[in-house]
Amino acid sequence: MDILNSSFSDAQTALKTKKISAKEMTQFYLNRIEKINPKLNAFLHIDQSALKQADLIDQKIAAGENVGLLAGLPFGIKDLLCVKNMPTTAASKMLKNFVPPYDATVVRKLKNAGAIIMGKLNLDEFAMGSSNENSHFGSCKNPWNTDYVPGGSSGGSAAAQAARLVMGAIGTDTGGSIRQPSSFCGIVGVKPTYGRVSRFGIVAFASSLDQAGPMVSSVKDAALTLEVICGQDANDGTSSNKPVEAFSQKLNPSVKGLRIAVMKEYHHSDLVDPDIRKTYESAIENLKKLGAEIVEVSVPMTKYAVSMYYLISASEASSNLARYDGVKYGHRSDFKDLSSLSLDEFYSANRSEGFGKEVKRRLILGTFCLSSGYFDAYYKKASQVRRLLKNEFDEAFKKCDVILSPVTTTPAFKIGSRVYDPLRMYLNDVFTTSTNLAGLPGMSLPYGLNKDRLPIGVQLTAHHFQEQKLLNVAAALEETSSIKNEKPHVY
Amino acid sequence: MSSSKFDENEILKVARLAQLKLNSDEALELSTQLKKVLDHFDEITAVDTTGIEPLITPTEIEFYAREDVVVQTTTAEDIVANAPDKMGHLFKVPPVVS
Repeated sequence: MDILNSSFSDAQTALKTKKISAKEMTQFYLNRIEKINPKLNAFLHIDQSALKQADLIDQKIAAGENVGLLAGLPFGIKDLLCVKNMPTTAASKMLKNFVPPYDATVVRKLKNAGAIIMGKLNLDEFAMGSSNENSHFGSCKNPWNTDYVPGGSSGGSAAAQAARLVMGAIGTDTGGSIRQPSSFCGIVGVKPTYGRVSRFGIVAFASSLDQAGPMVSSVKDAALTLEVICGQDANDGTSSNKPVEAFSQKLNPSVKGLRIAVMKEYHHSDLVDPDIRKTYESAIENLKKLGAEIVEVSVPMTKYAVSMYYLISASEASSNLARYDGVKYGHRSDFKDLSSLSLDEFYSANRSEGFGKEVKRRLILGTFCLSSGYFDAYYKKASQVRRLLKNEFDEAFKKCDVILSPVTTTPAFKIGSRVYDPLRMYLNDVFTTSTNLAGLPGMSLPYGLNKDRLPIGVQLTAHHFQEQKLLNVAAALEETSSIKNEKPHVY
Repeated sequence: MSSSKFDENEILKVARLAQLKLNSDEALELSTQLKKVLDHFDEITAVDTTGIEPLITPTEIEFYAREDVVVQTTTAEDIVANAPDKMGHLFKVPPVVS
């Protein structure tokens, strides 16, 4: 069988009809990781228990037991999610030696569904970045051209999936961290509605924005993964009790009778690279041909999305990352003698050595925004504008089912080309951050290649809890994607 | 507006609040970068937000509380296993009372 091009359901059929064993499939991917990962630096940890996990699945299949929706499928996990007894570093020196004694709910659900956890994937430190260059363990590289970034922060997940080092990957998205790298690497990435997926066991960055989601090779695989990881969790008070639909079974690749909107503010943006515009416009044309009605909506507050996003996320991060003090876990400076040390010196030495540059930059920004005298002008103000933005999206979704837009203004950029200009790096997030601020579900679908053979995605956004609609439109559009049969250089 | 005050001294003050030590080169670099960033972010002051309630959680989520039942989730050994410096089940820290 063609393991590399198998969908999740093809692979499962092959397993259940004993054309291949879970152990053989896992070994096949372990061999690929061994051969290809050194060129990409996508994996931070390759787990030795993978074959044992696969053995258990094979035993269950042999015994005729129910093995779950993702049984035997090799998955990679962004190294921001806790996996019991595997290192969980957040790509930070701070957590270099941290081994969690429990699973994140997302990981527990994957394991219960029979997925094989192959290891942990590279990212920007604490998910702060858009290029994977802020990793303590070195940049991850784009499989389409290794001189280029894979995007971030879930860069390792995107690169591993694009080069097929795994069958599926999990990323997290706080301001575009699933969608942007998915676009840069030519894969399907979904950021669910805020509250759809439990955040328990995910190293917190900005708690009102963070969501985990699938980074996979097709819309159907994304639907199946979502079905497994969504749902209310007693360990996350912000997880929603909305019923989780059987997204993959209900998947209907049709846009007939649907109103797909272009957003005025994004549609006319002069920041968009010509190749990206061409790809985006071809998606509009194809949606028309497929029978969708194209309408225009306006969400003027998206103009302020990047500003709001960085003020709010940095503020939340400064509070969330206050826990890293070097007492119970995490980096501790090499103190000769604790007895003569003040607590302030102790904390600040541990934190200053443990955190990297970008993390410090955001902690300073966030602490400033929350400090006396500036709280109202920055954090509170941004949160007020955030409500106006959400209200405008609520209005826009009365006029349309799904919004289509570019994911980014430019395709993947060269490693090292933007690290010296934080503002320029931040502004690249112009089309993705508003989705998180408003709590909406969004996704990136691979749709074209630029002149340098770098992938370009298109972004779909729906109203709260409308993942099914989002996936249906994506599945219809996927059929018309010009990148469908293209493979990356490193493969 | 306020960001024009974001000089090296302000950076060092904020760094102390964040429990971060910066040398003067780092403070200067951060001051230059964050001034530029905040000057851009100041654009939100142009939005009229009179009477608008801040939005913290972006979706309608019914908060619920689970039953307050004791559950064994982990052991003391598991928890102290990650401690950088310990004695038995205790974490070693500098003196907290003088």
